[in-house]
This record gives sequence, structure tokens and C-alpha cells, in this order.
Amino acid sequence: MGEFRAYVALAGAQARSAFSYRVSFLIEMVVNVGATFFDVLSVLVLFRATDRIGGFALPEALLVTSLTSAGFSLADFVVGNVDRLKTYVRAGTLDAVLVRPLGVLPQLLLMDLPMRKVLRVIFGLTMLGVALGLNDIDWTPSRVVLITLAPLSCAVFMSAIFVISASLAFWWVESGEIGSAFTYGGRDFASYPITVYGPAFRGLFAYALGFAFVSYQPALALLGHADPLGLPAWAGFASPLVALGAATIAAIMWRVGIRQYRSTGS
Amino acid sequence: MIKTKDLRKDFAVRVKSGRFRREKRVVEAVAGVSLSIGAGEMVGYIGPNGAGKSTTLKMLTGVLSPSGGEVEVCGLRPVPQRTKLALRIGVVFGQRSQLWWDLPLHESFALLRHIYRVPAAEHRERLRRCRELLDLDDFLDTPVRQLSLGQRMRGELTAALLHGPRVLFLDEPTIGLDVVSKQAVRSFLAELGATGDVTLVLTTHDLADIERLCERLVVIDHGRVVHDGTIEALHARYGSRRSLVADLSSPLPPGFELPGATLIGVEADRHRVTFALDGVTAGAAVADLVAAVPIRDLSVVEPDIEDVVARLYAG
Repeated sequence: MGEFRAYVALAGAQARSAFSYRVSFLIEMVVNVGATFFDVLSVLVLFRATDRIGGFALPEALLVTSLTSAGFSLADFVVGNVDRLKTYVRAGTLDAVLVRPLGVLPQLLLMDLPMRKVLRVIFGLTMLGVALGLNDIDWTPSRVVLITLAPLSCAVFMSAIFVISASLAFWWVESGEIGSAFTYGGRDFASYPITVYGPAFRGLFAYALGFAFVSYQPALALLGHADPLGLPAWAGFASPLVALGAATIAAIMWRVGIRQYRSTGS
Repeated sequence: MIKTKDLRKDFAVRVKSGRFRREKRVVEAVAGVSLSIGAGEMVGYIGPNGAGKSTTLKMLTGVLSPSGGEVEVCGLRPVPQRTKLALRIGVVFGQRSQLWWDLPLHESFALLRHIYRVPAAEHRERLRRCRELLDLDDFLDTPVRQLSLGQRMRGELTAALLHGPRVLFLDEPTIGLDVVSKQAVRSFLAELGATGDVTLVLTTHDLADIERLCERLVVIDHGRVVHDGTIEALHARYGSRRSLVADLSSPLPPGFELPGATLIGVEADRHRVTFALDGVTAGAAVADLVAAVPIRDLSVVEPDIEDVVARLYAG
């Protein structure tokens, strides 16, 4: 319990720090409103250009996009900060974090409180609501369970990807933007029905890395469509398990990575 | 309080060995350090840059995991029991801040109380003491980023002590400070050490820190302990000697020898000479010298720890 209060205190401190630069906080806020607006616009533009994507009708494809968007923005808000790890590893700032009696990951996440990313979460969830309304979904109890679990699983899965990409920095300080290929690349991949991709690319990202289970399979299960690629109907319900698997791998990589940490000379 | 046995840390370093080829080489930053430090001791840990001081300290505090050997601090193993250990030790990195950059200093202290789960009364009492001893009151409300280095270092010391640690690790606590701030930090640490409640381990390049604070001196070079003992023992071992500097009224006659002393310096047309005293008293040496040459002025110089250490590093 005391530990929880410590994290709350840290978050409060971070908020006060951010407000000590009021102007830059406001500018960031405004910029993010703008960026969110362009997110909406890009979806609209895409769906005006065509009426079927990878064999899916527009509202159906929109469900895939919005599931990913909701889950990803949630993950980005909560653990997106972890990609700064490489800066901390490079500078050796992690030393100060490691000598405190708290977990390393929560401390890192609380080193910056990205209030500006809240807007994106709201946008993602709104889009998901709209997409659910556009599709004619037969709401069985299992589907109700699924629609609550799917965005969360997606968020957990994406968070795991964030942590895994960031922990590359423990081994490879110059990992640079490699990690982004998997986080932002993964989000973009999972934003469309995976039927649009070629088999090799799809095999790697969708099944080997698991991005099919982020939004594509749950969307199929919600819509009650059979998978054109042949996976059984229950595959949509596997997404929490896939997310759990990814989270386990992330936790292991993180732990091994911390032991690997080399600090810097001083 | 602190025990290490054959503690080692290797780093793999990739070295460019051709246009596109890189070779992997293992560098031993710490190569078998065995130390035993008791409760309440004040130990100075010195060595040239890259000797492995900071690396050792980081292994003792749970920041780095050792490549081999054993290490125990406060009865805990630093890396596996990192968070537990963190509650019992305090760490001050001279070159890295533990404080919240954008917040007033007193807010950092309040936060640390939550992080270390310190009861309010204890926290208040410790803070009061630090405020008194370190004169913090003038800048408690200033954001840390606006503090001078000396003020910040006083803040860092307080921050490291608010949870009442059993061991305090200081990595170059006086680096970059002016003379006055150095003095303030040293007197504070001396007072802290005198209570005997806290074990102090400090690394430094400023040997005055050591002379002022530490009875025990551990010198490390190339990852190995080359000396562990008192400063006097270091002088005895490396034959650092007192020396006699004399200004003569007439030049020193060629071939002059002073029994029990060695001529180590001649300046100003043989008018100023320096003898190192090997086992002869200063009085006897002065008497012998005066008998041979008239003297205008003279002084006896105590051995300088910096010289000893410089010789130690060079050898």
C-alpha cells in the first residue's frame, strides 16, 4: 500500500513539473489536438477512396482500425514513455532509478506523465463506439465479453511490444528507431484487415509476431464472419491469451535486460 | 556491513579492427576485489580514472550485477534484493542528481518521504537536523534547476539521508565544488561519521577529502586493490618521506652528502636544496647541514598523500 502511495506521489510531482513549464505544456496540448484531428481526417480520406478493403466492407474494416486505435492509444498513454529508456541508458540516468526502493518500470513511466496523449485515447474509444454502431452486431453474451476484453488485450499486447522494443536498448544502446518499426509499424499493420497483405509479410507480422490477434481476429468474431484465411471462429477469443504471452515475454526480456545494464562511467 | 569476495565485473567492448570488422574484447573493470567494511567505518575508495571505483560502487548499490564473486551489503545481495537494500542505503552521485529538477527542493524531500515510506515524525526530525547542519533554509523553496552546485550537493546529501540509511555511498561528492562548499560538505560528513551510526564509503579524486574524513583508505588500480589500510601505512609502505628544504647563504659544495638523507632537489644555483629524510630525525639532519653550510632559512615538509598516490598510479 505504501508503495502505491509512493507512485501516486511520483505522478503528482511529475504533473507539477510539467506545469512549471506552462507555455510549453499548452503548446503541446494544442499540437496534439491538431494531430488528433489529422488522425480522423486520414481515416475518412482512406474510406472515401474505396468501398472495400481486403474483402471487407468499410464499416467492418473500420472496426478493425478502431480496435487497434483504441488499444494502441491506451498502451501508448500508459507505457509509451518506455521508449525513452534508450536515452536513460545512454546517459546513465537509470542509476538514480535503480537505487530507489521502487520498481524500475513504473518509475520510468512516471518520469513523464503524457497528459497530452489522453486525447488520443478518447479519440480511439470514440472511433470504436462509432464503428460498433455502424456494424450490425448480434450481441450474444460472449460478444459482450469480447468487446470489453478485446481493446484491453490489444492494449496489453501493444504495451508488451513497447517494452520489448525499448529493452533492446539494454543490449544495444544505439538501437535508435528500430523499436519504432515494431510499435508504430505494428499499429499500422494491425489497422487494416490482414487479408490486404502478401502471404510472407502476413505470416511474419500476423502470426509469428501475433498482430493478427490484436484486432483482426476479434473483429471477425464480433461480426460473426468466418476467417477467409481459415482460422476457426474461436481465434478471436484467443487474443487475451496472445496478449498474456506477449506480456510474459516482455517481462522476461525486461528482467534480463536490467541485469545486462552497464551504466556509464562517471 | 559490507563484504565482497573476489568481486569481478567484465565488460565486453567492441573494438574496430578493420574497415568493417569489429573485434570483441573483454575488459576487466573490476578484477577480484575483496573487502570487508564494518559498521560505522569511514572508508575512502580512490584510484585513477577508469580504475573501477564507480563500477565497484554500482555493484555494491545494486545498479550493476557482478560478473563473478560474492557481494553482500547490510546482509543483503544487492541485485536480487535491490529494493530492500535501497531502503537501507543512501547514495550520492556527484555527477547525477537524485532530486526533481523542476520542483522546489523541499518538494523533493517530501517525495522521498513517500518513496522510502518514512514515518512523518522521523522525517521531520532528520530534515530539521540537515537543515541546521547544511544551512538549507535559504534555498528550500528554490527549484533545483536554479540551485548552485554547492547548494544542490547539500540538497543531495540531505536527500540521501532522510530515510536514515545504515550505509552511505558517496561517488565524488565534492567534485566541482568551490573551497567553501567543499569544507561544508566535509564537515558535515565528518560530523555524520563521528556519530558512528552510518557507514561511509566515498570515492574521490580530492585527497583532502580522504585526509579529512577517512581513517581507512582503499586504493584500486586496474580493477585490483593495491592498498587497504591507514594513510600512515600507505606512507610507510611506499616510503614517502619527510623532506628538508633549506635556503643556503652560499652554494652547496659539490659532492656534499648528508648522513641518512638523500639529496633530491637543487635549485637557484645550488642555493636551495631539498633532502629526503630516510630514517634520520629532522633535528640531526639540520645540525649536520648547518655544520657544513650556512643556512638562511629552512622548512620541514610532511609527505604529501597526492605524491604517494601519483607514484602508486604510475607504478
